[in-house]
Amino acid sequence: MLSMNLEGLEMIAVLVVVVLFVKVLERFGLLEAGYDDSVEDELELSAVRHRPEGLEQLEAQTRFSRKELQILYRGFKNECPSGIVNEETFKEIYAQFFPQGDATTYAHFLFNAFDTDHNGSVSFEDFVMGLSILLRGTVQEKLNWAFNLYDINKDGFITKEEMLDIMKAIYDMMGKCTYPVLREEAPRQHVEVFFQKMDKNKDGVVTIDEFIDCCQNDENIMRSMHLFENVL
Amino acid sequence: MAAGVAAWLPFARAAAIGWMPIANCPMPVAPRDNSRKQDELIILNVSGRRFQTWRTTLDRYPDTLLGSTEKDFFYNEETKEFFFDRDPDAFRSILNFYRTGKLHYPRHECISAYDEELIFFGIIPEIIGDCCYEEYKDRKRENLERLQDDQEENKDIKLPNMNFRETMWRAFENPHTSTMALVFYYVTGFFIAVSVITNVVETVPCGSTANHKDMPCGERYTVAFFCMDTACVMIFTVEYLMRLFAAPSRYRFMRSVMSIIDVVAILPYYIGLVMTNNEDVSGAFVTLRVFRVFRIFKFSRHSQGLRILGYTLKSCASELGFLLFSLTMAIIIFATVMFYAEKGSSSSKFTSIPASFWYTIVTMTTLGYGDMVPKTIAGKIFGSICSLSGVLVIALPVPVIVSNFSRIYHQNQRADKRRAQKKARLARIRISKSGSANAFLQSKRNGLLSELLELTGKEEDEQKLLKSPSLLETQHHHLLHCLEKTTAHEFVDEQLYEHNCLETALQTYRSSSPAIPDSPVTTCCGRRRERNHDEANTTLPCSHLVPSHQDPLLELSAFQMQRCDLRPPGDRSKLNLRTNDRISCKSGRITTAIISLPTPPALTPDGDSLHGPTLRSCSSNIVKVSAL
Repeated sequence: MLSMNLEGLEMIAVLVVVVLFVKVLERFGLLEAGYDDSVEDELELSAVRHRPEGLEQLEAQTRFSRKELQILYRGFKNECPSGIVNEETFKEIYAQFFPQGDATTYAHFLFNAFDTDHNGSVSFEDFVMGLSILLRGTVQEKLNWAFNLYDINKDGFITKEEMLDIMKAIYDMMGKCTYPVLREEAPRQHVEVFFQKMDKNKDGVVTIDEFIDCCQNDENIMRSMHLFENVL
Repeated sequence: MAAGVAAWLPFARAAAIGWMPIANCPMPVAPRDNSRKQDELIILNVSGRRFQTWRTTLDRYPDTLLGSTEKDFFYNEETKEFFFDRDPDAFRSILNFYRTGKLHYPRHECISAYDEELIFFGIIPEIIGDCCYEEYKDRKRENLERLQDDQEENKDIKLPNMNFRETMWRAFENPHTSTMALVFYYVTGFFIAVSVITNVVETVPCGSTANHKDMPCGERYTVAFFCMDTACVMIFTVEYLMRLFAAPSRYRFMRSVMSIIDVVAILPYYIGLVMTNNEDVSGAFVTLRVFRVFRIFKFSRHSQGLRILGYTLKSCASELGFLLFSLTMAIIIFATVMFYAEKGSSSSKFTSIPASFWYTIVTMTTLGYGDMVPKTIAGKIFGSICSLSGVLVIALPVPVIVSNFSRIYHQNQRADKRRAQKKARLARIRISKSGSANAFLQSKRNGLLSELLELTGKEEDEQKLLKSPSLLETQHHHLLHCLEKTTAHEFVDEQLYEHNCLETALQTYRSSSPAIPDSPVTTCCGRRRERNHDEANTTLPCSHLVPSHQDPLLELSAFQMQRCDLRPPGDRSKLNLRTNDRISCKSGRITTAIISLPTPPALTPDGDSLHGPTLRSCSSNIVKVSAL
């Protein structure tokens, strides 16, 4: 009995020694293996860069003069040195203008409206094309752009749900502290008013023609379309 | 609004066309950009080095020297450039701030020189970018401490109006302030040393006398030692009492560590005086004398190194605790194993597991006294494993712990710093956000105010109160204005909003009382009658900052609420919309009426509940502004 105890204990002793050694080796071994992993991670490619088309091409495609394009590009490149804006940066930038509310949802819709080729980033061409329509376009083009903004799934119809999303996003930008106090139904009511005005044939959706017709008959809207013409 | 994204403002404004078809009210007029200057290159000559940049780059920050008209003072007509007689190296980072919107702190610059440059160019240091902010703050703190140290040395000059007590306290705290203090310090130091040496020598065997074997000196020269002890204790008692008297806050002094040590040092003597004859107890109390040795720690008051060491030990207590804990674990394991391994052998010293602790500790720290040795084979194997693991457990982690400790210590410092800075940074962000929001509300009120002032014809007030904001600000405000129009809601600040919430809550609880408070809802005629009532104290609500003059605005809001409640919503709400419209739209035809709210008793009791106190707090002639 005693000898068995002793043998058992000796075996355990040997086992413990072996385990200790292995552990120590493992510790050092792991360290070396870790270095290899980290070296590979550093070879990740840096961010995508983008260079816009030439000045002449942009001049031809948009309604800006050469000087205006220069000014625009300088500002754009200053803010986004890599030449493109991804959605996150866009949201951050846009949110700076509306400190009291949450501008991220609306910025998302705006981003989609600017990102005409839907590649997830706004390059300088997208940017300047959008601005050309908004600042120098005809009323028809501006209304077209607005319709495109509201039509989230770009199917040519504005449904009540889409409009509600847009409306909620706009009201989110107001934030909490408003007068009168922002109620839950306010966006919905606003959508109802909008649809009453715009939806002529009461089929629950607003098509581009209904939209443009209605806007052209509303002098408030017409006047406000020319509001930002001297922005640049 | 961060001027860094000023370049995107035209874009944001253009995108506002997306709101136009949704809006139900007309949009405010866009501000005209009258300064149609062509963008030009500006040359900034800083001590001979020429920097060039666009004018619009500098205009991004209009409240700095370079962004405002202040730089015209530095314009040199002959060379057509702006000349600054400042350091060109530091100017680089300042100009980069305009270009990139981020202020960086160059590490090789002296902190005070850099600060001076920032102050000269009107840039506040708080906007230093996150990458350099920590370094900047560190350097600044070091500099401040250095200045403080200098100041503390200057504090040795005797201040005129200190009473005796304060002088004494200062003498105790800084012994080099006066010769008396120095003398006192050295005397106490001497007696501390004497008492410690006495304690030590007391126990040395002093040679044998005729009757007994070797006695310790304490027993041989009892009287001498007793006299010396008494003298030391007298000095210590006197010193303690004097410190107690001079302390500015006695309670705090009594709770401090040093005073507790002092008390503990002199207490055994007095207790010994009381219980002289009882051998056992007084013997026990003699050991308390050992606390007298802690008097040496009193020197830490004047030694910086000791202080740092003490603080270090205190702060790395967790690391030391972990080392102790792991050691304890290993000790227990090995002691148990050794005990069971040696259980079999006869005349084994390993009588119990706690008895084996001693062997384990001695073996693991590689002391190896040899008073307990394993005799069985298993015991020897485990004993050798124990000593090997002792080397590993102690010798390996100790340097790791030491370096870990220094790294963790510095990291903790940095983490605390960053946490403190994070709070400050969040506060900055919040302030800038609320600042820009408040700027918009302020500009709205200014707009309202300007119309009212036009009506009352107080031209000079108008000039005084309105400060012209920059073009960027007007454009930004116009943008926010358009958003307000689109959603037919207005931006208000926090306090007003909270009050409105309170209002609505109260309104819902209020029983719809048919007893309408007459005066506020008197018809237009009633109000028009008082229109020409020229109030002496036309303290219009907008002329001061919102927080101090909330009450008039409160009245306005309460006012509107009541109107909404009491009449059918249909036309009244439209009326409200239009009044909002008129207030904010700055269209020409505002007919404002100045009414004075009648004194509280006129209101119905329950309407009074909230308004009453506020009304009474205002002057009796409350001027309210409302549009009809």
